[in-house]
Amino acid sequence: MFDVIFLSRLQFAFTIMFHYLFPPLTIGMGVVLVYLEGMFLLKRETIYETAARFWTSVYAVTFAVGVATGIVMEFEFGTNWAVYSRFVGDVFGSALAAEGIFAFFLESGFLAVLVFGWDRVTPRFHFLATIMVSLGSMFSAIWIIVANSWQQTPAGHQITAVLRDGKPWIVNGAAVMRAEVVDFWSVVLNHSTINRLTHTLIGAFLLGSFFVMSISAYYLLRGRHEEFARRSFSGGLLFGTLASIAALISGDLNARMVAAQQPAKFAAFEQHFTTGPGDLLFIPGGLSLLLYGDSRAEVMGLDRIRPEYRPPVMISSLSFRLMAALGMSFIALTVFACWLRWRGTLFDKRWLLWIFVFAVAGAVAANELGWAAAEVGRQPWIVHPNVVRDTSGRPVLDTEGFLRYRMEEGLLTRNAVSESVGGGEVLGSLLMFGFIYALLFWVWIYVLNDKIAKGPHPVQILDHTTAQNVLASAAGRTLHEESMSEAKEP
Amino acid sequence: MDLHAVWFILLGALLAGYAVLDGFDLGVGILHLLARTDRDRRLFMNAIGPIWDGNEVWLITFGGALFAAFPMAYATIFSGFYVAFMTLLFALIFRAVSIEFRSKMTSAAWRRGWDFGFFGSSLLASFLFGVAVGNSMIGIALDERGVFIGRIVDLLNPYALMAGLTVACMFAMHGAIYLVLKIPRGEAQDRVRNWIWHTWGLFLVFYVLGSMYTLVAIPRATANFAEHPWAGAVVVLNVLAVANIPRSVFRGKMLQAFISSGVTIVALVFLFGMALWPNLVTARNDPSHNLTIYSAASSPKTLWIMFLVAVIGLPFVLTYTIVVYWTFRGRVELREHSY
Repeated sequence: MFDVIFLSRLQFAFTIMFHYLFPPLTIGMGVVLVYLEGMFLLKRETIYETAARFWTSVYAVTFAVGVATGIVMEFEFGTNWAVYSRFVGDVFGSALAAEGIFAFFLESGFLAVLVFGWDRVTPRFHFLATIMVSLGSMFSAIWIIVANSWQQTPAGHQITAVLRDGKPWIVNGAAVMRAEVVDFWSVVLNHSTINRLTHTLIGAFLLGSFFVMSISAYYLLRGRHEEFARRSFSGGLLFGTLASIAALISGDLNARMVAAQQPAKFAAFEQHFTTGPGDLLFIPGGLSLLLYGDSRAEVMGLDRIRPEYRPPVMISSLSFRLMAALGMSFIALTVFACWLRWRGTLFDKRWLLWIFVFAVAGAVAANELGWAAAEVGRQPWIVHPNVVRDTSGRPVLDTEGFLRYRMEEGLLTRNAVSESVGGGEVLGSLLMFGFIYALLFWVWIYVLNDKIAKGPHPVQILDHTTAQNVLASAAGRTLHEESMSEAKEP
Repeated sequence: MDLHAVWFILLGALLAGYAVLDGFDLGVGILHLLARTDRDRRLFMNAIGPIWDGNEVWLITFGGALFAAFPMAYATIFSGFYVAFMTLLFALIFRAVSIEFRSKMTSAAWRRGWDFGFFGSSLLASFLFGVAVGNSMIGIALDERGVFIGRIVDLLNPYALMAGLTVACMFAMHGAIYLVLKIPRGEAQDRVRNWIWHTWGLFLVFYVLGSMYTLVAIPRATANFAEHPWAGAVVVLNVLAVANIPRSVFRGKMLQAFISSGVTIVALVFLFGMALWPNLVTARNDPSHNLTIYSAASSPKTLWIMFLVAVIGLPFVLTYTIVVYWTFRGRVELREHSY
């Protein structure tokens, strides 16, 4: 009655997209916090400390929601995708465990210092904690991208029979197979890791800067905290402009990589159905030109992919194109704003500030759409097999003219769901997530709104610098009465 | 000692770390409704404020390590206990929301509602951990591939339910001792001190009942002691630690009481491991379907790589944990302007 495969996919899509509202924001804002606290230590101007405290309070609640929704992701591989977990655990599980050991403890431990430690530790130690949390969130990104990139372009492993007492384990007359690590560094640095990691981090920086600009623009329009808002906006704008331009460059590299490694995904992105010169939207030969510098170069179309291995074209191409369009508009918007800032008229352009108030929604959408394109474009595979190539590296076609895959490497999404879980159970959990995430989202918006309404609080700086021991200054101060989302006020 | 055994021990250490650390903050949640005034409730929440989030990371890392080292067991346990895990996720997220949100408004009804949320989710999570341990002890039905073939109601057997209550009482006791250490001296602290007696008494009842039930119903649980008689010392240590809790509370040595309840928990996790060894998931229908530390494991190469990861990472983890706990040592105070 309830299709367990469809429901499991829907649940994963829902929970990962909800989760992914938060991590890029924390990664992006982490850099902002490190900058602000570093500047405070360098210049000793209270405005930096004021700003750091304000953004930390917003950052902390975002981080907390990201952690809570992240636990779900780690559990879901086992609960909903048990067959997948058995097949790839040796490789994929390792990346996840490394994330736990290297990143999670770092993040959550020092986050407490960040939020509750303002009056308990020296500014130097607080700065160190900020760096640690920021680094931790990037370590998380690294290991998750490693795991996901291995799903897209597997490398460094072999498909081999599971051994029981030294002999292949036979069930129902067939050996049970799985992926095992052969070369750890090839797993980590597979064909797509670096490109995808760079693009993901740039997307996060872009979101972080647009978030800062959005709130600052709002303050400027309302005539509140103007000095704070002007400086925050200018800093955010510089960061955001660089990120927007970098996103285009790394996006181009990613497109080339996808075209080479996952031709089916690329053809779906571009709605390129027939093999031959590729057009870019309405520009004849544009795609070929962009990829190979020759407008007549052949680009593989979906006709070379067996029908059962073609990804859903509409969702992947729409997500991809919307993301690209948003990316282009970010460049136009930020470069234009930079020009006005240079002429000194930016903060008089109220209409432009209003655009920046809402542009953050576009940045969120671009991050989500990029992932939707990457993951839907990988379908119908949960582990995408590599393409068979001849000695010159060109893809090989079978006798019927279809692209050949190294089939033993791949696992189809529809074969990867848990055997012991029924559709009714997944429907129940999906409804549960719908309810609890609605609640969580409401909490986040509510707290965020509250923080923004209250605004930054000017701080008086106590001089901690004479304390030799980092922890000594904490000894006399035993106050910690705030929640994760409540940064200390003076 | 082979790598499989090392990973079994490492997982045990992660589980013990989780139970000792998150145990007290879950326990604080279980006791939350017993606090009389709003001020007391705020003291309770603030006593765990900076650390509960970090404590949960032990659970996440346990899950990740199980996935990496024993993927077959990870897949079987997580998919087999689907409803239980989804309920646990619900409880953990709802609990986080309750802690974050309770003091954001001053309305009494508002705070009351989140108080119930914090209490209910803490109790539910603790109970579910116990039920999971109970079911691991008595075993579940597995097919030859190691896939769970039982029904959900099988998981709600008397032994597992009793284990659930035992863990809930144990965490409540652990949490009460922690609170006496963390909240300021005075009337509220005296009341919490009284709860230690009640929760200890309840825990003792379940502890004795549970031990007898285990000895009678699960002969496999004690089989390993024949081969490793030294493990009997842990049983003695466990009993001594349980007995030392009221003794130290009576003499006003709260830190000693806290250490004793911590040792109690670690010893119980150890005995849990002794009962399972070398199984990770025990098939109650057919022992040849057991998922052992060998049949459920990743390749030796991966176990070795992950061992190196753990050796590099764990000293850092311990350092952060100590630094953070040290930074937030001392008793909680509330000030006028704090929510």
